[in-house]
Amino acid sequence: MKKYVKKLCVKNVEFLREDYILLRLSDPHDTLPEMLPGQFVQIAVEGSPATFLRRPISINFVDKEKNEFDLLIHAVGDGTRALTRLQEGNTLSCIYPLGNGFRIPPIDEGKKKFLLVGGGVGTAPMLLYGQCLKAAGHEPTFLLGGRSRRDILELERFENIGRTFVTTEDAGMGEKGFVTHHSIWQTETFDSVATCGPKPMMMAVGRMARARQTECFVSLENLMACGVGACLCCVEKTVKGNVCVCTEGPVFNINDLTWE
Amino acid sequence: MAQLAINIGNLSLRNPVMTASGTFGYGLEFTDFIDLNRLGAYIVKGTTLLPRQGNDYPRMAETASGMLNCVGLQNKGVDYFCKEIYPQLKDFKSHAIVNVSGSTPEDYAECAARVAELEKIPAIELNISCPNVHDGGMAFGVSCAGAASVVKAVRAAYPKTLIVKLSPNVTDISEIARAVEAEGADSVSLINTLMGMSVDIERRKSNLSIGTGGLSGPCVKPIALRMVHQVAKAVKIPVIGLGGIMNAEDAIEFIMCGATAIQVGTANFIDPAVTMKIIDGMNDWCDQHGVKNIYEIIGVI
Ligand SMILES: Cc1cc2nc3c(=O)[nH]c(=O)nc-3n(C[C@H](O)[C@H](O)[C@H](O)COP(=O)(O)OP(=O)(O)OC[C@H]3O[C@@H](n4cnc5c(N)ncnc54)[C@H](O)[C@@H]3O)c2cc1C
Ligand SMILES: Cc1cc2nc3c(=O)[nH]c(=O)nc-3n(C[C@H](O)[C@H](O)[C@H](O)COP(=O)(O)O)c2cc1C
Ligand code: FES
Repeated sequence: MKKYVKKLCVKNVEFLREDYILLRLSDPHDTLPEMLPGQFVQIAVEGSPATFLRRPISINFVDKEKNEFDLLIHAVGDGTRALTRLQEGNTLSCIYPLGNGFRIPPIDEGKKKFLLVGGGVGTAPMLLYGQCLKAAGHEPTFLLGGRSRRDILELERFENIGRTFVTTEDAGMGEKGFVTHHSIWQTETFDSVATCGPKPMMMAVGRMARARQTECFVSLENLMACGVGACLCCVEKTVKGNVCVCTEGPVFNINDLTWE
Repeated sequence: MAQLAINIGNLSLRNPVMTASGTFGYGLEFTDFIDLNRLGAYIVKGTTLLPRQGNDYPRMAETASGMLNCVGLQNKGVDYFCKEIYPQLKDFKSHAIVNVSGSTPEDYAECAARVAELEKIPAIELNISCPNVHDGGMAFGVSCAGAASVVKAVRAAYPKTLIVKLSPNVTDISEIARAVEAEGADSVSLINTLMGMSVDIERRKSNLSIGTGGLSGPCVKPIALRMVHQVAKAVKIPVIGLGGIMNAEDAIEFIMCGATAIQVGTANFIDPAVTMKIIDGMNDWCDQHGVKNIYEIIGVI
């Protein structure tokens, strides 16, 4: 897929929580390129002297008709905090779309049931994945996890796409515990599982999927410099040796990783 | 339009702008963003005789105005380069130069000899300055005897243009430059990265898997300029300057300090199209300042 380095226009900045924003971007001059779920954008951060490199952020939602797309950003450090100070009308230099993306099987292979599991800001790529699976005729189900109710973001948007289940560690919303404790693992079966979030969560989801002999794809968030396969900084150990997460990932079949 | 063409040994470049090894992949990673044909030359990633897995993750730490890396020469080996990559590069109009590394003078020479067979690769850059591998790499580049031993072995095996990349992690870089010139190097490039560290104070551990890494980016530019200036005064062969170049003005600083050509490294990560802007910017600067030929300003300081 062709990659672009472009100045995109900030259409909207919505605070979902004091430290989470939904950033809506648009290309004022061209039609947005096709973007696959799991792919990401490398953003040049301005107004943060400590931030030298670009910041990788997953594509969260695409609105083709309006020629806009969303990023869900958790302010965890100087770079992402500077992004929360953006305002409508600002421009942002973006390299995109990057990475391989999640697989969407052709519907003529049969309609499939997907369980998409997200934790924290790892829910970001799951929304677009669900959106694309549904558009292709498949059935996405979401399972979102957080410590408490305030960690569950964009709930309505998930519910608009598919059935959405929640776990919270304090039982403030949905079932109590971690995503792997949810009853849906006992009551239903799925053709495919995908997950993005903290590594311990992804490992636990991977074990659940393996125990059920269900394929499982994970989206990794390794530290990156270039984002285009040039620097070899972002590598993950796989059965094929060290590979770049920015080009051969961020989505991997968990069986190709050497996690366990 | 100023005349930007320059020569490095027998090699003619359409302009002085090259890309630095390890920051530009095989060039192919950038064809969506730039026209490779417009570069003076592009130096592909560090290549060794046998494949290497490199160091463990994490391999990168950001610093103020720069970054540390400890990639450690991950590459699929010279045979893979010759078979799989070279055919994709050979029809570009700008020169592809291979950055060659090794563990012993013999395997440097063997690797260079394989690259010598590739018709469209007119030069190699010998990396005797990688701070991120235990065997070879910088071990050779920090002593005159070590540097000379590698260059001697490679010179005997490699008839085309030989550039030697120097390490800044030494007391007197001009001494090393003179030693490699004496063994027949056609040019020297400098600087490779400066050895540094970065610490995660919560985990009380280094942010890099091998503890240390090589510092690059704008933070190293003043040191790089000083070293280029020193070396340009010490040797007769052309000097290629790099370290922290982000724009055309930075590039011209290096040229004025004595560099005949320059390389752009870490800046490619920030703006993958930066090399095109640097070429255009150098041309504009020359036009605005009445410089008709870039040679008029090489080493004016
Ligand atoms: C492919 C990919 C997709 C991503 N998608 C999103 C997304 O949709 N939304 C979002 O908010 N974030 C996402 N991230 C993570 C985001 O890039 C980092 O949070 C951001 O780079 C931090 O920059 P900063 O300057 O704010 O923090 P820094 O000051 O750089 O770091 C703050 C703290 O976060 C840690 N940290 C920084 N980057 C990472 C990382 N990649 N993984 C683990 N820890 C890290 C640092 O070690 C430090 O402790 C993604 C990362 C990748 C690689
Ligand atoms: C991620 C990374 C990988 C590098 N790999 C190599 C390499 O394989 N061989 C080499 O000679 N130099 C390598 N370098 C050093 C650069 O070519 C260059 O000398 C250095 O980064 C200084 O220039 P800059 O500040 O413009 O980046 C690497 C640098 C970086 C940042
Ligand atoms: S971030 Fe540079 S290769 Fe992946």
